[in-house]
Amino acid sequence: MRQAESGKEATKSIPIREAVFEEVAIPMAMHLGAPSKPCVAVGDHVKMGQMIGEPVGALGLPVHASVSGTVTAIENRIQLGANRVQCVVIKNDFLDEWVEGLEGHGDVETVDPTLIPGIVKNAGICGMGGASFPTHVKLSIPEGKHCDTVILNGAECETHLTSDHRLMLEEPERVINGLRAVMRALNVSRGIIAVEDNKPDAIARLREVAKEREGIEIAVLKTKYPQGSEKQIIQSITGREVPQRGLPIDINVIVLNVGTSAAIADAVISGRPMIDRITTVTGRVNKPSNMRFRIGTLLRDAIFACDGFDGEPTKIIMGGTMTGACAPNEEISIVKGSGGVVVLNRKEAEAFTESPCIRCGRCVATCPVGLNPYLLKRYCEAGDLKNAESSNIMDCILCGCCTFTCPARRFLTAIFKITKEKIAQSKKR
Amino acid sequence: MNLSISTAPHIRGKDSVQSIMLDVLIALLPTTIAGVYYFGKNALLLVVICVATAVLSEFLWSKLTNRPNSVKDLSAVVTGLILALNLPAGAPWWMGVIGSAVAIIIVKQLFGGIGDNFLNPALAARAVLLASWPAAMTTFTMPNYFNTVDAATTATPLDGLEASIPDLILGRIPGSIGEVCKIAILIGFIYLLARHVISWQVPVIFLGTTALLCWAFGSNPITSVLSGGVMFGAIFMATDYTTSPMTAKGQVIFAVGCGLLVAVIRSFGIYPEGVTYSILLMNIMTPLIDKYIAPKLYGEVKKNA
Repeated sequence: MRQAESGKEATKSIPIREAVFEEVAIPMAMHLGAPSKPCVAVGDHVKMGQMIGEPVGALGLPVHASVSGTVTAIENRIQLGANRVQCVVIKNDFLDEWVEGLEGHGDVETVDPTLIPGIVKNAGICGMGGASFPTHVKLSIPEGKHCDTVILNGAECETHLTSDHRLMLEEPERVINGLRAVMRALNVSRGIIAVEDNKPDAIARLREVAKEREGIEIAVLKTKYPQGSEKQIIQSITGREVPQRGLPIDINVIVLNVGTSAAIADAVISGRPMIDRITTVTGRVNKPSNMRFRIGTLLRDAIFACDGFDGEPTKIIMGGTMTGACAPNEEISIVKGSGGVVVLNRKEAEAFTESPCIRCGRCVATCPVGLNPYLLKRYCEAGDLKNAESSNIMDCILCGCCTFTCPARRFLTAIFKITKEKIAQSKKR
Repeated sequence: MNLSISTAPHIRGKDSVQSIMLDVLIALLPTTIAGVYYFGKNALLLVVICVATAVLSEFLWSKLTNRPNSVKDLSAVVTGLILALNLPAGAPWWMGVIGSAVAIIIVKQLFGGIGDNFLNPALAARAVLLASWPAAMTTFTMPNYFNTVDAATTATPLDGLEASIPDLILGRIPGSIGEVCKIAILIGFIYLLARHVISWQVPVIFLGTTALLCWAFGSNPITSVLSGGVMFGAIFMATDYTTSPMTAKGQVIFAVGCGLLVAVIRSFGIYPEGVTYSILLMNIMTPLIDKYIAPKLYGEVKKNA
């Protein structure tokens, strides 16, 4: 797809800086899987890295305090998608005292590889690219499958976001250490870091660091949305296609985001759980930035850290403009999957009015999966789940290309998302 | 603070239905100017009448049926203009009125309006006029520029008129208003390609198939594609979004079918020209093509790991 404007110019040359605030509200549901169970009480003093939520169920993950301080509330708060999520609210004492007993293994090349999935789970690591899938589950290869290639996704094809770019440029050692840890955990000799060719500085830095390490290649991808979608990046790099309804491991590949890899390095080397992340805050803010935020930082503080709104905001998007979700208010938290905050003004947040399909075929030509979006839309509108499913709606990756390209401004992706959820739900019953 | 909420994606491409139609109008401008230059004021009159009637029909229909006014999308202007360019310069003005009204109301609106018509409105209207007033629709004159003297009626190159290649290319031949000047048509084609409104495949494959088969059936392939309305049809009518297939593969089949039908009608049929019926027949095939030709689905192939 020809990208209109990428929006990355504002922040791509801005170094990462940190901002820490008085209060964090840490949601118990930041990962795909059952919400964690709070294991602290109001009034407790907690230290940085201390577990405050216990994992629940097979896809469960622990949640850790991202600041030291006092628990002031455990309450349901509105988060993204206007869902109420149980949050542990901590008042920061600004001492940044780490909890005792966090033990690192020093070097990713010498740690016992069988320990790595456990370390990753205990550190509360989930995919930082957006889907927030618990990472240790990916590292536990099912019986009968095997992995020959680990791909680190540094494509960052979404508009506006530069957090992965800056991470690769400024902290390439973390990214590469994490990749080595994963390669050793899975006993894989081939690790590839995939970066779009609009980040030549990051590519050069990664190459420099990777030279010293074993089995790591840097793959340069064309800058083309949705290059960073998991299935598309696998196809670009290996030429393999993930079978329908299959997983990357079915074709012997696993894909992790570069941020996730850096978090794995921290966990393995120093025993540090996932308590912060890099988030690009850009668009209509006075000082567009790449920020290192503690998990649970409130959106209003994140905006404040960037010198506030530039003019009246109309829409705040968590993520990029192609796939991000709209923040319902400024009180939601920065979570493990928050790669970016994009503020749009009234003009940019233009509301679109749908007009009839003129059958131009652009949606078909642009769909990276090979679907007929115009036809799927017809089925979805008629509530015809059966035909929608047999026309492969479940293969839709919700990249938004069809909607972006549609000259009739039709809402394709939106109805596909709803219909996919309906079909998935009808399967569960 | 009031934040607005919507679903992703939050941005859209620049092209709209209106901008695309405007591009088509711009692309039609050179051949319209050439046609008026060659055929004089009756050609201009027909262009104005067809466009005005098409727009008025579109407007009245939306009023009568209480639907949103669709005039601004410019599609009616395109239909009216294409119909005018498909008429002989000597056609009476009322044929323009009837043709445009048929195109917009019967062919387009009765089937649901923009995007839902299964035939190209301008072409279907031309077919109606051709069947109703065959003599007027097939009486062509040599270009008489803006001379006041009535031009003499003459045969077209397809009826056996001898015409040199430069005359065929420049348009110094009898024919419908918009089809004669190939240079002007090609300028429009290049514009549409540059603006990404159409892709090269349909026109090139259409014309290529026509040339190849006409040659196989014993005619000169070069004069075949330079005569009659095949170049105009391949570039401006076979590429109509609504009535051509959605997939690239389907469009190739569509173009080959159009080219084949033109060659067959011209070589073996009773009509000297076959572009209108060829494209209309392939319009009818379009739903079938779309049904059977699907894009290649990611992950559907056998594992190739």
